[in-house]
Amino acid sequence: MKMRGVFSKTMLGFGFLFLYVPIVSMVIYSFNDSRLVTVWNPRGSPTLKWYVKLFGDDQILSAAWLSIKVASMSATGAVVLGTLAGLVLARFGPFKGRALLQGLTTAPLVMPEVITGLSMLLLFVSLEQLFQHMFGWQFDRGVVTITIAHITFTMAYVTVVVQSRLSSFDDSLEEAALDLGARPAKVFFRITVPLILPAILSGWLLAFTLSWDDLVVTQFVSAPGSNTLPMVIFSRVRLGVSPVVNALATIMVLIVALGVILSAILMRRQEQRRKREEQMAAAG
Amino acid sequence: MTYGAARIGSRATPGRLGPLWTFLFRYGPPRWTEYVLRNWAGQRLVIALPYLWLLIFFVVPFLIVLKISFAEFSPLGRPPYEPVFRWLDEGALQIKLLIGSYQYLFNEPLYVSSWGYSLMVAAVSTLMCLCLGYPMAYAIARSTPTYRNVFLMLVILPFWTSFLLRVYAWIGLLKTDGVINNVLLALGIVHEPITMMYTSFAVYIGIVYSYLPFMILPLYSNLEKHDLTLLEAASDLGAGPVRAFMRVTMPLSFPGIVAGSLLVFIPAVGEYVIPSLLGRTDQLMIAKLLSDEFFLNRDWPKASAVAIAMLLLLVVPIMIFQHFQNKELQAARK
Repeated sequence: MKMRGVFSKTMLGFGFLFLYVPIVSMVIYSFNDSRLVTVWNPRGSPTLKWYVKLFGDDQILSAAWLSIKVASMSATGAVVLGTLAGLVLARFGPFKGRALLQGLTTAPLVMPEVITGLSMLLLFVSLEQLFQHMFGWQFDRGVVTITIAHITFTMAYVTVVVQSRLSSFDDSLEEAALDLGARPAKVFFRITVPLILPAILSGWLLAFTLSWDDLVVTQFVSAPGSNTLPMVIFSRVRLGVSPVVNALATIMVLIVALGVILSAILMRRQEQRRKREEQMAAAG
Repeated sequence: MTYGAARIGSRATPGRLGPLWTFLFRYGPPRWTEYVLRNWAGQRLVIALPYLWLLIFFVVPFLIVLKISFAEFSPLGRPPYEPVFRWLDEGALQIKLLIGSYQYLFNEPLYVSSWGYSLMVAAVSTLMCLCLGYPMAYAIARSTPTYRNVFLMLVILPFWTSFLLRVYAWIGLLKTDGVINNVLLALGIVHEPITMMYTSFAVYIGIVYSYLPFMILPLYSNLEKHDLTLLEAASDLGAGPVRAFMRVTMPLSFPGIVAGSLLVFIPAVGEYVIPSLLGRTDQLMIAKLLSDEFFLNRDWPKASAVAIAMLLLLVVPIMIFQHFQNKELQAARK
């Protein structure tokens, strides 16, 4: 018994080393004063010169701005559609085509990205032809097509999050409110939405991250003019390591770490407040 | 009866969100939501919205891919394939299906070897992921609640940072003049730098690194639910720790093993980014082949045929995964 505990704990430590050493080394080398990223140059290091270069790099900055736009639009769209799908699957009971909807919402989770990308592009090409044939109207691929593609593959994640949150509550709260005479809309907005709000928020963040990070699908559906941040990073990195990318990665890791720590603190506080309120309720 | 601001504000509000709701629905929930939620037609509308979106942007694209995979390649056309369906002048519909692209997939040695290589890489890295992920999930599930939350956060944290950049980080480590080689040389463990970049080994590392959370989380949520008195019973009946593990814990965690392995295996077969950045240049994986066929050769029918074949290959694991996923959801409901 004892020995197995030691083995699994050692593996846990090793696993965390494996997960974090690459990130830490990427951060450290972003402060290195040398063109050869992996050779530490003690003279002049640590330096912030790659950060200065990064903020003067128009290609990266405009790509980042495009990515932010696309990611926030597609996260919002994915949250709307994904919440509806999750609600329907968890609360609407059996209806015709429910199994198909369940299948359709989980399939994008496991679909290889190249297939999603290729099929989306071929759809857009066909639509282009159709529109041109019928209305003589030419539409260009770009932000809109990227956003549609991202909504489609990220809404699956939102659906799963919302559905599992709703399934963890039974609908007795809603039924009680209905019995007490609340109207359906009121029940929905005062009971159901507050219940799934954490799921909606984390679904939005998840969708934003996935869209912000996506390379393969975007490469298929974007037009030559519209390059998102992952596309720019990929084309730079292919030619070898670049210290500017290290600086960019450091900033992104910093933002994510701050966000996660902040949300952990908030959740802890809420938990403590809830406990206090429960104790007070029990005492009073 | 009105949904006035005063009424909503004065009632006990759910949690700390009261002020927010008061603000958002000052004049009560919008009338149309009432209609939507109460009426049969409204409910149909709520169902129809996500349904239609998925049909148009997920199902229809596959039908188009399927159609084009049977089309004839015409290198100079725009788009570069011959139409499959064509209205002839005498009012007849001509359908021309070619299976040439599919025959090519199974006869061309380049293709056959990439299928084999992709499956091999996915299988090896799934196994490696399981060997690392299982003990980690086990240790997390058996630790005290405070540590458990910290450990889980540490597992999920990398998932929120960019996948592309995390793969990129390995280039700096694995390069011939990279960090690992520098450390090994400095310690005198090796005398010549080891070639790790652009090998299958680098691809395994990249896949294990990127998909480890997908292995750990399903395993953790399974292992955490185990009834530990079963292990006590096993040890009371004279089973040693290894035997108890093999006969009790391992079989109980089987659904977790299957779910985690499939969550790694399925995307690994179609992985594009990791092999392009870290992998061999002389042996392509199937996703890279698809993308080259599409972007470099502009051979849309062949690329579509690759996509369809890949999908058929992955249908069985995907179905198994969904089966377990649905079981899990139903178990959560009970």
